[in-house]
Amino acid sequence: MVPSYVPLSYYLLLSGFLFACGVVGFLIKRDIITIFMSIELMLNGVNLSFVAFAAHWHALAGQVFVFFVMVVAAAEATVGLAIIIAVYRTRETLNVDQVNLLKL
Amino acid sequence: MSFHLILFLAFGAVCVGGAVNLLAQRHPINSALSLIAVMAALAGEYLLLGAEFVAAVQVIVYAGAVMVLFVFVIMLLNAGEEEQTNGSRVAFLLGVPGMLTGGVLVAWVVLRQSGSETVPIGALPGRPTDIAQLLFHDFLLPFEVTSVLILIAIMGAVVLASKPETPAGRAD
Repeated sequence: MVPSYVPLSYYLLLSGFLFACGVVGFLIKRDIITIFMSIELMLNGVNLSFVAFAAHWHALAGQVFVFFVMVVAAAEATVGLAIIIAVYRTRETLNVDQVNLLKL
Repeated sequence: MSFHLILFLAFGAVCVGGAVNLLAQRHPINSALSLIAVMAALAGEYLLLGAEFVAAVQVIVYAGAVMVLFVFVIMLLNAGEEEQTNGSRVAFLLGVPGMLTGGVLVAWVVLRQSGSETVPIGALPGRPTDIAQLLFHDFLLPFEVTSVLILIAIMGAVVLASKPETPAGRAD
């Protein structure tokens, strides 16, 4: 196989861009579901840098950590979406500006 | 320009386009579909890095299970277009320049620190057997703890999403 290479910094730049997009989405979006998806985007950006560093340092543990991040993200998505359903049931809205009280 | 770099750029373009589209769209279902595109392209990037197991799990768990959950909730709640408010305008004015500043800063640091270090293709044997050796030997305790975490998450989701029981029979 002919060795072919991509600089590590390219992967880090892509990962940083995805993370930044997640941060911006978290800040500028007003829909609670889209905000939640922005968090998933941030997690994906971090995962990419985990895998890139794992390949760069020849440390397989980085991929295991990505697996753990995915498990935690799945658990978080489950609970978060259940909370969104509960919020919608009591308030009839998904706009975070109108969800400003913890109690009814 | 090597074939590997071309593939990286192609998948990266899909990632960047999907992420920007997620921000640009107003309807949550469009954002969810662009997020699925981002995750599928990221699976391609993982394959390029030789992480086959992670790529498969990315497609199955993220693009499959988690995003199906998202789409399901969007349809269940019949979510419409998001409304523009005062707060979102302020956040837009602060958030986009903040991201640009941070992004340029990160890019500068990354490009300055890393010289010509490269990630060779297939350098890392990301075979499932190697991953399993680590996962069930070195990381056995964290692995078992995550199973408890998943169990708690399932119970929490069932409790939170179930209809509240009211003895008076309140119409819900």
